[in-house]
Amino acid sequence: MNLQEHNISDNNFEQCIKCTVCTVYCPVAAVNPAFPGPKQAGPDGERLRLKKNNFYDETLKYCLNCKRCEVACPSNVKIGDIIQSARIKYSEKKPKLRDFMLANTDLVGSLSTPFAPVVNAVLGLKPTKAVLDGVLKIDHRRTFPKYAFGTFESWYKKEAKKQASFPRQVSYFHGCYVNYNNPQLGKDLVKVMNALGIGVQLLKKEKCCGVALISNGFINQAKKQAEININSIRESVNQNNLPVIATSSTCTFTIRDEYPHLLGIDNADVRDQVELSTRYIYRLLMQEDIKLKFNGKKIKVAYHTPCHMEKLGWAYYSIELLKLIPNVELTVLDSQCCGIAGTYGFKKENYKTSQDIGESLFRQIEACDIDYVVTDCETCKWQIEMSTSKSCEHPISILAKALE
Amino acid sequence: MKFDTLIIGGGLAGLVCGIYLQKHGQRCVIVSSGQSALHFSSGSFDLLNYLPDGTPVERPFEVIGALKQQSPRHPYAKLGEDRFKELSNCVVDFLAEAGVQVVGNPEQNHYRVTPMGTLKPTWLTFKEQVVCEQEDKLPWKKIALFNITGFLDFYSRFIIDEFQRLGTECVLHEISFPAVEGLRQNPTEMRSVNIARLFDKQENLDELVRALKTVETDCEVIVLPAIAGLSRDNVLTYLEERVNKKVCLLPTLPPSVPGIRAQQQMRKAFERLGGVYMLGDTVLKADREGNSVVRVYSYNHGDIPFMMKNVVLATGSYFSQGLIAVPDKVYEPVLNLDVDFIANRKEWYDMNVFAPQAYEAFGVKTDDDFRGISQGQVLDNVYVIGSILEGFNAIKQGCGAGVSILSALYVAKRILSK
Repeated sequence: MNLQEHNISDNNFEQCIKCTVCTVYCPVAAVNPAFPGPKQAGPDGERLRLKKNNFYDETLKYCLNCKRCEVACPSNVKIGDIIQSARIKYSEKKPKLRDFMLANTDLVGSLSTPFAPVVNAVLGLKPTKAVLDGVLKIDHRRTFPKYAFGTFESWYKKEAKKQASFPRQVSYFHGCYVNYNNPQLGKDLVKVMNALGIGVQLLKKEKCCGVALISNGFINQAKKQAEININSIRESVNQNNLPVIATSSTCTFTIRDEYPHLLGIDNADVRDQVELSTRYIYRLLMQEDIKLKFNGKKIKVAYHTPCHMEKLGWAYYSIELLKLIPNVELTVLDSQCCGIAGTYGFKKENYKTSQDIGESLFRQIEACDIDYVVTDCETCKWQIEMSTSKSCEHPISILAKALE
Repeated sequence: MKFDTLIIGGGLAGLVCGIYLQKHGQRCVIVSSGQSALHFSSGSFDLLNYLPDGTPVERPFEVIGALKQQSPRHPYAKLGEDRFKELSNCVVDFLAEAGVQVVGNPEQNHYRVTPMGTLKPTWLTFKEQVVCEQEDKLPWKKIALFNITGFLDFYSRFIIDEFQRLGTECVLHEISFPAVEGLRQNPTEMRSVNIARLFDKQENLDELVRALKTVETDCEVIVLPAIAGLSRDNVLTYLEERVNKKVCLLPTLPPSVPGIRAQQQMRKAFERLGGVYMLGDTVLKADREGNSVVRVYSYNHGDIPFMMKNVVLATGSYFSQGLIAVPDKVYEPVLNLDVDFIANRKEWYDMNVFAPQAYEAFGVKTDDDFRGISQGQVLDNVYVIGSILEGFNAIKQGCGAGVSILSALYVAKRILSK
């Protein structure tokens, strides 16, 4: 027996040589000394927790799951996975009502969109914010993303026939944000794909990817939703031969990597067929003789790399697509966490950490002379729009604007 | 993804090579699986401190002939004396342009101070750090040494003892103020980088100024652990202007703030020149056509390959997993290039831990042009640079950084001359 082949766990924690590089690149450890840092919270703590459960430390909740520790680790230790798995396995804190509301983007979205004008107005009121802050501990300095009046799915129903007429097809995992808050991004994706001669299908059944459920401790519900999504993706990929594209870097990362690593859901047969739309388009333009026709309008943009995009390693594709736009002036911002991490930054106890993390990014953005910040993550967009004077768009929306 | 050159490994060697190539018009991508060994830098780069037979070297230019005789496969032997001189002469300016300010001269080693306070020969030292011309004497009679209370990666007592042995009197001061105390909430993370982040902020830097002003008037210099200047430029000048005294840094135990800064400055320089730096990705396989590597696939990019004219392998040694040692062999995991190692494992080690260890000199075989070899066949477009190379013992000979920088510059020039 080769011992060396049998002493490595899935998260590779035995490979940690205690070099501390992860802690150097942890955005939370940099601003919040209450967080023990990824080395201590991850592989160091894991050794102790394996001995005895009560070495688990509730300060692990300060980890915002950006995975920048994993990107930096020279020994390929899955530090972020170790921390998140420990939270799932050992935390005895029950999620609060607030966590339920923040985590259930699907439920809250479908209740809100029919009454969007009212909901948006009420959420913006000072007394509402005071109640959210005082009772639910959702920080009053936060602004909820506006709900759309009508979902992307309902818009798509009227569009379905036209989409089916294209000779080539892809499936689109739109995510909660496109469905309830920003249907325009979904429409932009349809426009860009159509310009490439490709029709867009929706999955048979799509649930929230579950990232907010995982981070707020609703693991069983996350697993149920993940199963539904993976089954729909399987049907699309294996039966209908349609790859699945998404516009949210976090949804994509969750489906590809967090499902198997944190929820124990095997997606090996379809993982490679789930990707971001910018990567799909990049590959298409490289491999085939297809060109996008642009209107030639001048545009100045700065690209922000979301943490999960950094982990996926795919910022390159979005940046290269932006470079295709004639008359584009493109700045690539330093890759750093914006601090919001989905629902993390909305919580009152995390507000200061969240803004301290994002501070140098905000400064860099304010110093740019640009029309838009561009990013692939919806929650980065909220944070950037809440914390700077600039508006923020998805690369697909920027491409759609630039098309003839 | 089409590039002129794909560099695998984003540490000192990979970055130097990438910056040189970008500067001369190439389009390069660096793929790096995790951060580099620069994060553990001593604050100095060695060129050559000892010959393989143990003879100390003061003037590296004078011994390349002897080195070549003792170790014909040493990277410097492959470069030859003329190129060795020519390349090492241009490094100070090259690094300065890349945002890394160092002092030193390849014709004459100087001495650096280790985190334990002892003096060791070296070639280049970050300009903020203490530099000595002599091996048994510091340039000052009396110094003030400041440490942060609770910072355990800086052994001020050892340093004071060593300095006194060298005839320099040393007064110790401890600094503490609320922001620093706040870090102690997590005693395990009271690290150089966390402290340095504090001093990137104006209010904390001013606290530091106030503390330094208590310095005795007869101390010639203030010496601090290297815990300032992580993302702020000219911190020492700022301090010196306010304290009216020369301020110098001493290296700490890792992580190394000056090393991290150098890594970040060089990465920025590479990206400013248009290079693409991909961190946290691992190369999985390479397709060959004849003796050339034509496509390279990575974990993150899956079915979308890198296509390039040249590949440079700069994946480092055992620490960075450029070399992997298993019970019966040492291998190179990325391109599976031929590795020079001793078949009999018993000969890998000397039980005396301070003796030269044979495994240190194992590495990837190359021809005299630093081209990699696969099953005995020299590859046309694969170059190998840095600490993964065969034929030298970086620790015993004190030549690790020199090999990285010079092999990187040589290969960059070689690629451009094609």
